Amino acid sequence: MGVEGIGASVVRKEDRRFVTGKGRYVDDIKLVGMTHAYFVRSPHAHAKVKSIDSSAAMKMPGVVGVLTGKEIVDDKIGNLICGWAITSRDGTPMKMGAWPAMAPETVRFVGQAVAVVIAETKNQAHDAAEAVVVNYEELPAAADIRAAIKPGAPQLHPEAPGNVIYDWTLGDEAATDTAFKSAANVVSLDITNNRLVPNAMEPRAAIADYNDAEEHFTLYTTSQNPHVARLVLSAFYNVAQEHKLRVVAPDVGGGFGSKIFIYPEEMVALWASKKVRRPVKWTGDRSEAFLTDAHGRDHLTKAEMAFDASNKIIGLRVKTYANLGAYMSLFSSSVPTYLYATLLSGQYNIPNIFAEVISVYTNTVPVDAYRGAGRPEASFVVERLMETAARQLKVDPAELRRKNFITAFPHQTPVIMAYDIGDFGASLDAALKAIDYSGFPARKDKAKKEGKLRGIGFSCYIEACGIAPSKAVGSLGAGVGLWESAEVRVNPVGTIEILTGSHSHGQGHETTFCQLVAERLGVPISQVQIVHGDTDKVQFGMGTYGSRSAAVGLTAILKAMEKVESKARKIAAHQLEASEDDIVIENGAFKVTGTDKSIALPMVALAAYTAHNLPDGMEPGLKEGAFYDPTNFTFPAGAYICELEVDAGTGKTGFVNFVAADDFGRLINPMIVEGQVHGGLAQGIGQALLEGAVYDASGQLVTASFMDYTMPRADDLPSFKLNHTTTLCPGNPLGVKGCGEAGAIGASAAVINAITDAIGNNKLEMPATPDRVWHAIHGNA
Amino acid sequence: MSTVNLTVNGKPVSANVEDRTLLVNLLRDHLNLTGTHVGCDTSQCGACVVHIDGQAVKSCTVLAGQASGANVTTIEGISNGDELHPMQAAFRDNHGLQCGYCTPGMIMSAIDIVNRYGGKLDEDTVRHELEGNICRCTGYHNIVKSVLDAAGRMSVAQAAE
Repeated sequence: MGVEGIGASVVRKEDRRFVTGKGRYVDDIKLVGMTHAYFVRSPHAHAKVKSIDSSAAMKMPGVVGVLTGKEIVDDKIGNLICGWAITSRDGTPMKMGAWPAMAPETVRFVGQAVAVVIAETKNQAHDAAEAVVVNYEELPAAADIRAAIKPGAPQLHPEAPGNVIYDWTLGDEAATDTAFKSAANVVSLDITNNRLVPNAMEPRAAIADYNDAEEHFTLYTTSQNPHVARLVLSAFYNVAQEHKLRVVAPDVGGGFGSKIFIYPEEMVALWASKKVRRPVKWTGDRSEAFLTDAHGRDHLTKAEMAFDASNKIIGLRVKTYANLGAYMSLFSSSVPTYLYATLLSGQYNIPNIFAEVISVYTNTVPVDAYRGAGRPEASFVVERLMETAARQLKVDPAELRRKNFITAFPHQTPVIMAYDIGDFGASLDAALKAIDYSGFPARKDKAKKEGKLRGIGFSCYIEACGIAPSKAVGSLGAGVGLWESAEVRVNPVGTIEILTGSHSHGQGHETTFCQLVAERLGVPISQVQIVHGDTDKVQFGMGTYGSRSAAVGLTAILKAMEKVESKARKIAAHQLEASEDDIVIENGAFKVTGTDKSIALPMVALAAYTAHNLPDGMEPGLKEGAFYDPTNFTFPAGAYICELEVDAGTGKTGFVNFVAADDFGRLINPMIVEGQVHGGLAQGIGQALLEGAVYDASGQLVTASFMDYTMPRADDLPSFKLNHTTTLCPGNPLGVKGCGEAGAIGASAAVINAITDAIGNNKLEMPATPDRVWHAIHGNA
Repeated sequence: MSTVNLTVNGKPVSANVEDRTLLVNLLRDHLNLTGTHVGCDTSQCGACVVHIDGQAVKSCTVLAGQASGANVTTIEGISNGDELHPMQAAFRDNHGLQCGYCTPGMIMSAIDIVNRYGGKLDEDTVRHELEGNICRCTGYHNIVKSVLDAAGRMSVAQAAE
């Protein structure tokens, strides 16, 4: 692999700027003549906007303008859209209500913008926003799923009677019902998958700069996918034409899905920049992030699993209500459907599965993809059922899983996915060994003597990553293709630039992508530069989410590398007067095999650009591009085991051990992979123990700050013990599967399974706070 | 408006700011020291931690005027030319950061922790002391590792002095 090649834990190239404070995030950028935006937001969850009086605000110091929802509609700026069409079981299309960037008539969640103040400083804009008088007529609100589906519930959108967006199904209902009728045992659970706030540490921000001479916009924004942002802003929102809009996503301080979407604030900043003929900057504060970033999860599910007399699973039946908030965010519709129900087979051979998903509107901020996006919800359903079944059937939870594992690949599940490869038994074995499972009963006894309740919980997750084969997702309703692009530029002096449509916001692409080049050409990574996040520099690309950047993005780079290498070989052979077939690439040089003749890469590059002596008919230059469209999803999978103790007196949970055994296929940089797992586990554990977005019945978000929403802190978490097993992904030449979401997908079930094992009560909701755990122990939950 | 005089990263600075200006805004907006970040509005996240007269302080809890006459050190002021501070080097070497946004505050807090505890740090103490700094990327695993590693490096460096 070489010291910097594939498989080496290379220290990250990007870290020097981050540890010295030289990162460049959107809020760090200042433009000449820049103004500042502050939004006037609704304090009500549901209300009519009767009037907006900005006359006092306009007279405040430094105010450049006050713009309202009516003006944005008058200027024919388009409504926000959802880009994945879902069809209900009765054949009707999903019911999408109109979502203007600022509400002209009706607000439907607390925090929805109705106007924006543009001023010389942020303080001046903020002060003036306080002086904008909005007259609301309050309407009754439906703040959660149960309130929204009740007969007589307040109606959010005229397009969606009963607040139902779609009622969608997957799988064979009749066959599943038949399986349940023949079952020896049935296990059932009611599950709440708690609503989460992504909370990337960098709040969203945007700087829009309109150049009226060129009729050209530049947008600096906190985006995971700047090209998708440009496409949507131009094709659907009518803010700017695509060739007149440059979108730059510089250093971005975490995303976790929440920065995939194009939000009203970016649209308004662009539009306002043209209105006031000045650059406009908006930087959200944390309160705005809580109120306006797309939230995650928020499902209510009834799930049942049927077993035959030998404890083999014969059926799974799931009915889920998903809260999509007040409007349909960009990919919201796909999360509880094609990213959720398609993973309900888990790691198991389940012949019959039927899932019904009903997505509803509520007077809350929109819900969309958050780390894992649908797959954590599926994994939680399956793994809670498996643990519950083991207890009900009085069998060992590890052995019940093993008995039902899929062991032959490829495996077609009844819910679309065709698993290409895996070895679930190997991951489970590695995790069992790491936690010393056979020693657990003795440890539990010892803890009991010390007055502690000790429990152990499993989670054997699978996810579909490498998102995604374009043709497949197109057939399922996606409005975009999900390939990735790359361009490899070998400069005339032999240094290399890799332009990628992937976007790094913590994942370390500037290092791992270079490692591929080092592996193939034998050049040091210091000679390679990764260019990303700027639509003026990089060819169209799809961005980073769904653990796709290695499986799809890096494969695109590999495809472009192969083209560059092929041309370079021809040039080298020509220069060395040798046969192209005899050329091998070693340590940055092209060598004639079996001889001492060689030519260094810089000389090949120089020859390509001087073009004085190239093979007949060859174009000058050494630069190639590629688009790579995967043929299947990838299927990372693994086993997590959590061992913990509960203090029966306080309900407080303390970790004893948390082990992971993941199969991500080939690892490019094990150090970075492990970092991704650590972070994912923290978010999964956060969901299980700490985090939960709470709206009160009137639709006020009562967990709208870090004082109220419990983010995992350093002393809430254990150190993790990570293990890896490997089956190489056959679907891409690198054999990689993706690792970004696994921890968040698998961890929460392991924790809840462990606590319920410890306390001997299976009825426990997330987040399992000490209060909830205490009540579960003491019987009056 | 008031004039604030203080020392930042060893250099005397003077700025005319609104009285309500927070130290973090003085650093970022007036002095262009954008390494100090703002991650929340309730003094919970610690992305804005700097040193005031050698102590770690959340610069969003301090008015610029309150720092008048003080000696402020930011993330931009801790390396020795091209040579990283041992804490910066430890974060890089142990993959103690991902998106980098919380990192400056983490490093500034961590230096203060090591200064206070010296070589007597253990994992539990580091985790407890880092309660005021939120990271969403790393799960803290490698941050804790970085701080413990740096504690060793810093005590070696001190012993050599």
